[in-house]
Amino acid sequence: MGFERQKDFGTPESQSAEQVTLTIDGREVTVPAGTSVMRAAAETGGDIPKLCATDNMKAFGSCRLCLVEIEGARGTPASCTTPVMPGMVVKTQTPRLEKLRRGVMELYISDHPLDCLTCSANNDCELQEQAANVGLRDVRYGYEGDNHLALPTDHSNPYFDFDPSKCIVCSRCVRACDEVQGTFALTIDGRGFASMVSAGQDEDNFLASECVSCGACVQACPTATLQEKSVKAIGRPEKAVVTTCAYCGVGCTFRAEMRGEQLVRMVPWKDGKANRGHSCVKGRFAYGYANHKDRITRPMIRDSIDQPWREVSWEEALGYTAGKINDIKARHGARALGGITSSRCTNEETYLVQKLVRSVFGANNVDTCARVCHSPTGYGLKTTFGTSAGTQDFDSVMDADVIMVIGANPTDAHPVFASRMKRRLRQGAKLIVIDPRRIDLVRSPHIEAAHHLPLQPGTNVAVMTSLAHVIVTEKLYDEKFIRERCDWDEFDDWARFVSLERNSPEFLEAVTCVPAQTVREAARLYATGGNGAIYYGLGVTEHSQGSSTVMTIANLAMATGNIGRPGVGVNPLRGQNNVQGACDMGSFPHELPGYRHIHDAETRSVFEKDWGVTLDTEPGLRIPNMLDAAVDGSFRAIYIQGEDILQSDPNTRHVAAGLEAMELVIVHDLFLNETANYAHVFLPGSTFLEKNGTFTNAERRIQPVRKVMEPANGYEDWQVTQMLANAVGANWNYTHPSQIIEEIARLTPSFAGLSWERLNEIGSVQWPVNEKFPQGSPVMHVEGFASGKGKFVVTEYVPTDEKTGPRYPLLLTTGRILSQYNVGAQTRRTDNVVWHDEDVLEMHPTDAENRGFKTGDWAKLASRTGETTLRVLVTDRVAPGVVYTTFHHPSTQANVVTTDFSDWATNCPEYKVTAVQVMPSNGPSEWQEDYADLAERSRRIDTAMEPAE
Amino acid sequence: MSSTVETLRRMAGDIARNFAAMGHEKAVLATADHIYQFWDPRMKAAIFADDHSHLSPIARDAIEYLQTGSHPASQTRATEFNSVDEVGHSDAG
Ligand code: SF4
Ligand code: SF4
Ligand code: SF4
Ligand code: FES
Repeated sequence: MGFERQKDFGTPESQSAEQVTLTIDGREVTVPAGTSVMRAAAETGGDIPKLCATDNMKAFGSCRLCLVEIEGARGTPASCTTPVMPGMVVKTQTPRLEKLRRGVMELYISDHPLDCLTCSANNDCELQEQAANVGLRDVRYGYEGDNHLALPTDHSNPYFDFDPSKCIVCSRCVRACDEVQGTFALTIDGRGFASMVSAGQDEDNFLASECVSCGACVQACPTATLQEKSVKAIGRPEKAVVTTCAYCGVGCTFRAEMRGEQLVRMVPWKDGKANRGHSCVKGRFAYGYANHKDRITRPMIRDSIDQPWREVSWEEALGYTAGKINDIKARHGARALGGITSSRCTNEETYLVQKLVRSVFGANNVDTCARVCHSPTGYGLKTTFGTSAGTQDFDSVMDADVIMVIGANPTDAHPVFASRMKRRLRQGAKLIVIDPRRIDLVRSPHIEAAHHLPLQPGTNVAVMTSLAHVIVTEKLYDEKFIRERCDWDEFDDWARFVSLERNSPEFLEAVTCVPAQTVREAARLYATGGNGAIYYGLGVTEHSQGSSTVMTIANLAMATGNIGRPGVGVNPLRGQNNVQGACDMGSFPHELPGYRHIHDAETRSVFEKDWGVTLDTEPGLRIPNMLDAAVDGSFRAIYIQGEDILQSDPNTRHVAAGLEAMELVIVHDLFLNETANYAHVFLPGSTFLEKNGTFTNAERRIQPVRKVMEPANGYEDWQVTQMLANAVGANWNYTHPSQIIEEIARLTPSFAGLSWERLNEIGSVQWPVNEKFPQGSPVMHVEGFASGKGKFVVTEYVPTDEKTGPRYPLLLTTGRILSQYNVGAQTRRTDNVVWHDEDVLEMHPTDAENRGFKTGDWAKLASRTGETTLRVLVTDRVAPGVVYTTFHHPSTQANVVTTDFSDWATNCPEYKVTAVQVMPSNGPSEWQEDYADLAERSRRIDTAMEPAE
Repeated sequence: MSSTVETLRRMAGDIARNFAAMGHEKAVLATADHIYQFWDPRMKAAIFADDHSHLSPIARDAIEYLQTGSHPASQTRATEFNSVDEVGHSDAG
């Protein structure tokens, strides 16, 4: 198959409903009003030469290559900046135009190295292509004059080079960085001939600049000036396969561009509905972990965790594991067995893991990492709206007038969505940020939050209730909406509660540390500023009152009528690529796929018939309770697919004790992760590039994942689960994930309309997708709430039991950073470490001074649970009394200090609030040293087997 | 006493505390409902067997209610689950 770039229509699509008919080169064409002449020509089969225009940014009109003639108009206007008009008659090819274009091209080429044959962009270069299109054969100016050919290449970015000698100063890169990414890292310095693209000021180097390595400029560059290093190393791609990013919940789709079995680059897919052709550094560049030397591709077993690993055949590994499972089941019963599904694996893979646990192990002890992130979203939104589904699609943000961001840091954790949000903010939408830290969004180029509420960690419910207090007492609520959509009496009870003096911003200021006036102004803005949209993240959920905060958010949206249309809504920003899907697939211990409770005999019988088994009728254990039960001896074996609970879950020592107490820990992963230090069986996993299936992103969009290379370990992950199930006694015989999708659709009404074929046809779909919503559901609750009326819930502020005091006077809160992902197992094994090679502790200058710290000093971070050491970064991003760190590196293990406290309804851990003390230190803590020792011992491998051929 | 029992006491107490705004009677039912729908049998058994004087009044009454073998109908929408053929809602995390 030949390789083609995705078609570039030159200017963005017009959203207008009005149609305009005109004539181009004798063809009558009809396009939406507002379309450029260039795009109208391109859409109807006649491309006009161009250089400075590209279809994901506004036309600029600088290169003058796209000139056309228009009957009745003077001169030769640029087609990229000229909108279509009814009855217009356009000519795109005339001798006059050809001559003009050749002249323009000649000027460009005279200052461009003529090394096309050896250039890495050869045959994939727009300049070369356009020179051929305009028929340039000869350059009259000679190449001897002043030129830029000797300029040195900037290699500083680990993923792409900048070779200014090839630059034609079209400024597509600058505009991509401004308009698409919103970082404003690039400028054109100088004027006329001296003009040059530059990143930053003095350093003039990409790595040292503000650049976040999103790749938008590289994609926009029509020449080899900005180009992926991998293209130089591997060569030009030969084919492209569309697939979905396996990092965050935005769910960007990419063209995986291949040369043979080698991945040359990942290029964001312009037709991707979640990303619309944009990407971030993780999805775009950080896929190198797939071939990292740490990747394990052979099964391994050992009898106890102090032994080295022994590489064995698949047969031996599965036989050994099945023997142990059957033995434990015989001695302790099915409820001693369990599993954890992965939000990084496909829907089909998670579905099979829960099926394995329920139907083959015979218990309902299955849980997933949503437990530690968005389970409170599930509880809170379901209680209020009747369904936990986030209410909008990502496109909706472009209709928002007021955007409230609570406990989320989208520019780092959901970067591609953040770029769209920033675009909307630059268009004039207002921003309210509720976060203990001054996240980047609060002030970034051309964006300034109208209000930042820097609350004390742990006081979300108090702040949200005080916002409601203002909206109710100042009568800013939407009575019509409430009367139509909600129960008025319930609203009345709630309104009375929030109106109490003890819920006023003035009264609560002492607890929240947010000035009452700021709260009042923010409440007024949200209630009266037009379409109000709330976006929130783990800063809301990971608290002892996570579920309550979610309900306060829902209350606020209902009270102001901000539900049920584009531009509004309640939007949980989910962390991992498939956390929505993992939940949909029945990963919780109390329910079967499609959110049906295990107590329900009728639902059970549907599955029992299909699976040919009898199911346990009682809910199983959640992850933290599995660990408790392990210590108590009633839970003995666990199968963990693609999760690293030792690093990701709170109170590391407790997790370690639980795992250590088990007889059989099976880790199914790419690497010997931290959890594997306590494992007896290691089953090698496959990457998202090596498997077929689907992921469901944060907007409920189901998107295909496509295999572009053979699994290095020999099997896709669903195959490994199937082999394990069969070894234990099942008789599964899926040969392709499409059959698993069929089973899911057959057994789960919300997915009834789903199939692999249909997905391949339409690209993606947002569930529910069934008879009622055959095209899927971008915005929820349009006609009314999913199940009846919206419910207002009274949410009393209950302070956490984790309190500061003389011994632990500071509050620690945690988060993540753009270049790293979750526990970092993948991103730490890529060049992304140039941006973040260790976790640091952010501390306010006052606290630092009181303790005698300066940036770079080692500090001991101690809580009631444990202690660790890391370096300090002094910054006023955090408020006095608050410290902050990330959890990407196992050597730091921030979770050694986090506590066992958790959300009251879902047991989602309270990561965001830990009382700590910070004191000078000169090295790693005892736990860190012991752990480093254990980790090293535990990763020994006896490679007794013959090497693979 | 094992630390598991301590965890269970804390969990029951947290649930009860957050339903307290409903008033005692309703909060007892909501707490009982929550535990019935979300707890594994061994967790229920352990808290039944525990000394209930460590529990708050709401939590204690809820546990004792469940201990009689009955359980309430769902008290909040969080414990209304899809029925067999229902498309309905999710409680995704
Ligand atoms: S990689 Fe992204 S952030 Fe960096 S300069 Fe290019 S567009 Fe801007
Ligand atoms: S680097 Fe590329 S995109 Fe930027 S001005 Fe030069 S040629 Fe144009
Ligand atoms: S924003 Fe998320 S989904 Fe998109 S490329 Fe980055 S990590 Fe992948
Ligand atoms: S493409 Fe129209 S002026 Fe450059």
